Amino acid sequence: MMATGIKDKVAILGMGCTRFGERWDMGAEELMVEAFQECLADAGIERKDIQAAWLGHCLEEVGMGKSAAPMGVALRLPHIGITRVENYCATGTEAFRGAVYGVASGAYDICLAMGVEKLKDTGYGGLPNPGSGFGSLFWQWFPNASAPGLFAQVATAYAANHGIADKDLKRTLAHISAKSHANGALNPKAHLRRPVTIDQIMASPIIAYPLGLFDCCGVSDGAACAVVTTPEIARQLGKKDLVSVKAIQLSVSSGYEGAFNEWQGDNFYTAGKCSLAAYKEAGITNPREEISMLELHDCFSITELVTYEDLHISERGNAWRDVLDGFYDRDGKIPAQIDGGLKCFGHPIGASGLRMIYEMYLQLSGRAGERQLANPRYGLTHNLGGFPHQNVCAITILGGDK
Amino acid sequence: MTGITAYGAYIPRLRLSRLAIYQAMGWFAPALIMVAQGERSMCNFDEDSLTMAVAAARDCLTGMDKKAVDAAYLCSTTLPFADRQNAGIMTTALNLRDDILTADITSSQRAGTTGLIAALDAVRAGSRRQVLLTATDKRETKAAYFYEMWFGDGAASLLVGEDNVIAEFLGSYSVTHDFVDHYRGADRHYDYMWEERWVREEGYAKFIPQAVQGLLKKLDLAMRNVGKLIFPCLFKAEHRTIAKCLGAAPAQLMDTMHDICGETGAAHPLLMLTAALEAAKPGELIVVAGFGQGCDALAFRVTENITKLPPRRGVHGSLADKRTTDNYMKFLKFRELIQPEMGIRAEAPTQTAMTTLWRNRRMITGLVGGKCRACGTPQFPKQDYCVNPDCCACQSQDDYEFADVPAQILSFTGDLLAVSVDPPAVYGTVQFAGGGRFLADFTDCDPQDVRVGLPVKMAFRRRFTDNERGFTGYFWKAIPQPPQQQQQPASAEAVAGKEVQ
Repeated sequence: MMATGIKDKVAILGMGCTRFGERWDMGAEELMVEAFQECLADAGIERKDIQAAWLGHCLEEVGMGKSAAPMGVALRLPHIGITRVENYCATGTEAFRGAVYGVASGAYDICLAMGVEKLKDTGYGGLPNPGSGFGSLFWQWFPNASAPGLFAQVATAYAANHGIADKDLKRTLAHISAKSHANGALNPKAHLRRPVTIDQIMASPIIAYPLGLFDCCGVSDGAACAVVTTPEIARQLGKKDLVSVKAIQLSVSSGYEGAFNEWQGDNFYTAGKCSLAAYKEAGITNPREEISMLELHDCFSITELVTYEDLHISERGNAWRDVLDGFYDRDGKIPAQIDGGLKCFGHPIGASGLRMIYEMYLQLSGRAGERQLANPRYGLTHNLGGFPHQNVCAITILGGDK
Repeated sequence: MTGITAYGAYIPRLRLSRLAIYQAMGWFAPALIMVAQGERSMCNFDEDSLTMAVAAARDCLTGMDKKAVDAAYLCSTTLPFADRQNAGIMTTALNLRDDILTADITSSQRAGTTGLIAALDAVRAGSRRQVLLTATDKRETKAAYFYEMWFGDGAASLLVGEDNVIAEFLGSYSVTHDFVDHYRGADRHYDYMWEERWVREEGYAKFIPQAVQGLLKKLDLAMRNVGKLIFPCLFKAEHRTIAKCLGAAPAQLMDTMHDICGETGAAHPLLMLTAALEAAKPGELIVVAGFGQGCDALAFRVTENITKLPPRRGVHGSLADKRTTDNYMKFLKFRELIQPEMGIRAEAPTQTAMTTLWRNRRMITGLVGGKCRACGTPQFPKQDYCVNPDCCACQSQDDYEFADVPAQILSFTGDLLAVSVDPPAVYGTVQFAGGGRFLADFTDCDPQDVRVGLPVKMAFRRRFTDNERGFTGYFWKAIPQPPQQQQQPASAEAVAGKEVQ
């Protein structure tokens, strides 16, 4: 066994990210162009310098269809190899992983990772119905569930298993959403830029008990992309303050949570495993002390809450106390969702992983403007796609290249 | 000895107050006030004649060896499929053997009694040892109609055999007349009814006595020997008059359950018979008749074995577990008599892959999972590799039925975003005692009663209806059992012994 992990083998040469939101003016193709233009300028390269690309696009049935060809066409990439990947909400991170591995393997010098989603062409709010898009068996027995309803399962189980009163849980979840709204208000690219109060959140209508409207993230259009290369090439190209990849890990359910008898329904088993593997790859031994900032998959406030525990930063059953203590606020020990998170930046599924990396990249290179944190060391991004009992978890850790 | 060896029943939990129909539509049909008393049973949105049949048959098979059943007949005029044997769906749901005879018996309100005679004749002739006979109906009417008031939804199921007979079959007598009191064209949803006075005087009042008197004469019995005389009749006064003409005293006449259930079509004679059996004493003579283009009459003598029948929910249990509603609009929506806007979200593709359904029929229709021979873990669905991470044995699982395994709620939500006929859509993870779990729809529940840790029972229900293609998909749902539903049902005597007012 010779695996040495990805740490410090690949650096980010440039990134781009569109404004997220209800982009009635653009399809997925135009969104990609918007992100790509920014990325090329940031990287200081031309499109001909890109040797291979990975496209992350999740809901092709309401987006731009199957295969990588729509990206080749939209960006006029000159007949290079492009791979389309899809892995639920980890799709954007999967594209990044493909590009990073492409460079790390030595097969290519410069690779592009693009994530894009066009969700606002369905005619209704929320994500599209599962329907037969999940295969011909799934929907013959799976409840006609919505995403909020599936993640609400975690909230009812968490409250019951930890003996937390409904009102305490609601207030905790409201604090999480209020914090993200406050952060998103500072971000010109965020979808939702209005600060909201705890009381407003608590009074919002129920979507799926116990989750209310403000416990749910925005359904947005958007694209984000990265050009990656080796640290050596990045320096040769004149790049300073390099941001390099410290870890990329993925954990996918085995059926254990959904069909065996041990999992308690109040956490994400994959995230618990994935984070440990990522810390090991990055050489982090005490995440609560070493991680500077988090971009978590806050599709719903409850997801963010239990992820604090799954990342081994808050103790099991105690994340709600850390939340109420302000530990994850912008001025707390480990700020989470500095860019507004899925909650306010928005959640174009295939783009989200790369959007999180974009914020870490800006923060680590000191370019986050009003949102800039002081001397961040490690930034962790996290995606969770699927259902609490059967999902895909992706974690990346980024840091300055020392 | 040939006869009935077990009985079961199912009446939906929902009951519609008849007054609610009048209150909504009395402006249009003032005469409704004459019949706006009591309540009728009403299917939930995910119930139909097939799901009720499965529920009644499960009740009937309580404590019985279902693998010994070698024929199953399903009697109804409202089966979901005109050409896909409904009895076969039922037996798949019940996990009966594959090498049995199955048949749908239909096209008359008499289908239940005719099916019962066919079952008894088959056993008596020695060609079948045990026949499961289930009758069910969910009849539709247009809104604001007497018959909407009078009809109810329900099912009854009887096991017919030769061993441990609880009611010995003495004989049957039938008359057939093409008397069209009502009819339903093959492509029609609703009945077309002729004048009630004619139906009462020329139909009920003539054919029921013909059949019952013919039977008593054939068996050399007299009405004074009869403990319970059972026959449905939509008309209360006619019911009493016919009994009187036949020489039956009010105490001998079985109540039609009009006030608490309504008439359940082809199921009703057997539902009434089941209620009678629940209260019957050994030695009692029971005569049951079913009207419909003529009349069938059957006679049974209750045996000592009736005292040994394992306890079951039955008619009295079904009647006790009720939720009365005055929400007539809900009744209309559940029966697709109104079409509220469901939104674009409801337009998701619903085509069913028959190949997939066939491969997974035991899982989908029968709620059969697997139990690993290597590590003993029950699991759902059954897959090639065992789900226990410390085992992962390959093709190590035997079939394992989850339908009757006790279970409880591990997590849940009430979802107002998901498309539902009766929002919120309540669903959650169900954990089975001894092992096995899955994310299941909940039904027959009030969202505010749902809690983590609450017991649930599994029920065969409609999962979806594909109106574009005329297909109905079925799966199993969990019914939460809040403390007030775990109470003992009312005594059998309270229901079956109820005398005619």
